[in-house]
Amino acid sequence: MLLVIRKMGELTLCFVRELGRMLNFLLYALYVIVRHPGKPIHIIKQVHFIGAKSFFVIFLTASFTGMVLGLQLYYTLKKFGSEGVLGTAVALSLIRELGPVLSALMVTGRAGSAITAEIGIKRITEQIDALETMALEPFKYLVSPKLLAAVIALPLLCSIYDVVGIYGGYVVGVKLLGGNPGAYFSGMETDVEWKDVYSGIIKSVSFGIIIAWICCYKGYNASHGAEGVSRATTAAVVMSSVLILIWDYFLTSVLL
Amino acid sequence: MIELHDVVKSFDGQAVLDHLSLAVPKGLITAVIGPSGEGKSVLLKHMIGLMRPRSGRVMVDGEDITHLGREALNRVREKFGMLFQNAALFDSMTVFENVAFPLEEKTKLSRGEIRDRVHEALEHVGLKGVDRKYPDELSGGMKKRVGLARALLLNPQIILFDEPTTGLDPIIGRAIHQLIKDTHARYGFTAVIVSHEIPEIYDISDQVAMLYRGKIVEMGTPEEIQRSTDPVVRQFISGSLEGPIHLV
Repeated sequence: MLLVIRKMGELTLCFVRELGRMLNFLLYALYVIVRHPGKPIHIIKQVHFIGAKSFFVIFLTASFTGMVLGLQLYYTLKKFGSEGVLGTAVALSLIRELGPVLSALMVTGRAGSAITAEIGIKRITEQIDALETMALEPFKYLVSPKLLAAVIALPLLCSIYDVVGIYGGYVVGVKLLGGNPGAYFSGMETDVEWKDVYSGIIKSVSFGIIIAWICCYKGYNASHGAEGVSRATTAAVVMSSVLILIWDYFLTSVLL
Repeated sequence: MIELHDVVKSFDGQAVLDHLSLAVPKGLITAVIGPSGEGKSVLLKHMIGLMRPRSGRVMVDGEDITHLGREALNRVREKFGMLFQNAALFDSMTVFENVAFPLEEKTKLSRGEIRDRVHEALEHVGLKGVDRKYPDELSGGMKKRVGLARALLLNPQIILFDEPTTGLDPIIGRAIHQLIKDTHARYGFTAVIVSHEIPEIYDISDQVAMLYRGKIVEMGTPEEIQRSTDPVVRQFISGSLEGPIHLV
């Protein structure tokens, strides 16, 4: 019994310590953004990497998400004779929930894993140590630009996701299944409020912070060679994805 | 001058540096020799604050760096240059960008001045026409030369060399040693070289320290080390299998 209690205590301490380190990491990254702002070119490169290079995967997943929504909702709403609100239902599902969450999960898989691997390799090949020996701040080059870029790119990708998804729903609900095209968009105009739009934007900004924070942290603290980097990458993707979903729940309950 | 007083460092409960004390005199080349896995690189990383001791003190030019914050530590690190075991070149940058990086980030030199300084540094280490190559297109010896050019560029007062010739053939290894000797004669920096290249290291060092089981077991001029009667030192420099040093 004592052994079990001791083990639980050890695990709790380990968890709290790790959480403390992670929070310190985030706070220091924010401090570096203010105290040692990097060159704009570093941020632009990261926006290109996290944002522009994710466009294709976002476009593809948004199209099919919108199409599936159009298909599912059309038949469900038809049962109640409410297919006229298809546009509103698709738009609200995407803008409030699916757009921010799914675009963040896609970016985690595509860019987050690459961020962890890149920083992890720099760690194990002593490139981060080399920066430190030059009296340069590694966070200025490796962490802070990614954090800023994720905060800029995620809302943009989320907006693209929403628009593409809405048109995906339109193609299926209106063009393929014969819904009313006027009702699809006019319902959206009256029922989608600014509050819905900015709650989606707030979500995607916070998801951007989560992705950059977790993925940079895991890479920065990678050890034990290639296997360590691979472990860190897996952990970063899993942890970011889970945290996005948990944070989404809390944020939704506050913003609704 | 770098001084380590009673430094203790352990990993997973195993002491790597065990109440180690060492003084590195200014302007001289000090070699740290010892069997693999004895903590020579760990010792070097303590000197520049990349690692912190569990107890003891690390002093650089009379300043205790053991508990310095990041910014104060960076101020001390301005005095240092370091050549890593695998050169630690930035893999996404070309040779030119690697060498130019510290100048671009820490000075206000014009592009033309940076270009001239980089070319001069690369020529000095015997490299020409490799500006546009990436680190993975270079041989081990070339990488070390680029690393040395980068370390020398800001004229540091102290340069730390972590096994500068490991993994190189004897001719390239000798060339790197000669390069260190020549640049030291030219710039007069304090150097600490971690190595197990015996007897080559005697040719370039002013003093040699033998690290074993977390302690400096002997320190002296290369001649004194070669005449040492300490059984650990004798076994190590002769490369004998018989003696107090056991293969793990």
